[in-house]
Amino acid sequence: MRPSSFAFTLLGALALACAAIFAHSWQLTASDQSRLLANQALVSHLGLTDLALFSEARYTRHPSQADLHSALQDHPGAFDHFPTGSLTRPPAHLTANHERLAGKTTSPD
Amino acid sequence: MNVWLEKQRHLIDFTLASLARRKTKNLGLLLVYTLLVAVLASLTLFTNALRSEAAYVLAGSPEVILQRMVAGRHDLIPPGYFDKIGRIRGVQKKEGRLWGYYYDPVLKANYTFMARPAEEVADGSIMVGATLARERGLAPHNTISFRSYSGKLFAFEVASVLSPDSELLSADLILLSENDFRAFFEYPAGHYTDIALSVANPQEVRNVAAKLSEALPDSRPILREEVLRTYQSIFDWREGIMLTVLAGAIFAFSILAWEKAAGLSAEEKREIGILKAIGWETGDVIRMKMWEGLLISLSAFLLGLVAAYIHVFYLGAAVFEPVLKGWAVLYPRFALIPAVDGLQIATLFFFTVFPYTAAVLVPIWRAAITDPDSVMR
Repeated sequence: MRPSSFAFTLLGALALACAAIFAHSWQLTASDQSRLLANQALVSHLGLTDLALFSEARYTRHPSQADLHSALQDHPGAFDHFPTGSLTRPPAHLTANHERLAGKTTSPD
Repeated sequence: MNVWLEKQRHLIDFTLASLARRKTKNLGLLLVYTLLVAVLASLTLFTNALRSEAAYVLAGSPEVILQRMVAGRHDLIPPGYFDKIGRIRGVQKKEGRLWGYYYDPVLKANYTFMARPAEEVADGSIMVGATLARERGLAPHNTISFRSYSGKLFAFEVASVLSPDSELLSADLILLSENDFRAFFEYPAGHYTDIALSVANPQEVRNVAAKLSEALPDSRPILREEVLRTYQSIFDWREGIMLTVLAGAIFAFSILAWEKAAGLSAEEKREIGILKAIGWETGDVIRMKMWEGLLISLSAFLLGLVAAYIHVFYLGAAVFEPVLKGWAVLYPRFALIPAVDGLQIATLFFFTVFPYTAAVLVPIWRAAITDPDSVMR
């Protein structure tokens, strides 16, 4: 077998495997589909709001329901206790830019 | 066409033979390259699958959750709050929710207790999440007791264990009757943790939230779209943090690849000189080296993507698990449903295959246009 034929066969097989990955993710199996639907039904039945990924603190267990300044929730100036806290994003309103008002105000800046 | 194709095949044959002469060096490069692509692709696949799953399942969460704030902190909903909400057009259902946290010193973990109507969970019994049941060794009809915050001991019979398929949502969940919940936490009568509102028309949700804020200035409405956005941004952020951690490795590989691709060794220069001397054209030399770059980078990309897929969806993303687990004692076992974002994979392809192939070309072109005699010396 020529080296190029071997390389093409190998690359072709890998490309086919990658195509199968895409096909698999676009066409969910019946069991995956039923699991997703069952979980969605559980969420709507129990009124759940969050994933149970990080249960160490209330602001990591239910990030969507946490206080607006959850890192400071235990006492003023409190540091974040848990590593998960450093892996979650600060609320959007804390990082959003304020509107530029320079030159737009009627009174002097 | 056939002549052109045959010529390319001969070039590839020659390239492969040339690569085989420096087997250890090239195999090492291919291995590191594949590992880097595999880590980056795993990260992309993992966060994308979690993001898709969160978006899909949490689409069933309540349209609006109404919290009451006291001094900027979440507080209980007092009796009479429902009357203050009154009748808001578009709201189909208002339901007071009762839920809270319980720290179990046995597992050193937090549980989420949630009250359900008596027809679902009878007094004296509980339904538990599969992760919790596994960690505490619980099975249906077992009895478990918890010491409440007031110091009293409460015994419950496990009525059932929630489906293991729902661990991602219910790992630490304990469902109990409203009476038991109120007795266990000594919740004042008529008080609730928060209120869930159902709104029939999705376009009305923002209006309903605005009316709620107006009628109840001490309330904080949380919309379903905010819940979904929270999860999108959490996983975007997490992906970004992991990429930042990996940045060192990416740069180290870039330097290695650049050095390998852009800096020609004396042996390679001599090889090019000999090829030119025996009649190869500059274009042929460049084509041969382009095939070399393409074969290495394409193989690394395809191998890396397949390895990442197996790592994330069949091996449970073992490399990322310690980072993702954080300090959670009750970490759910879950198999992610494959969700591949074509655009992200295309971006990864572009940033891994093209730069390497392009980096190979510049020094080759420089060496190939110089006089063979001077290159060979």
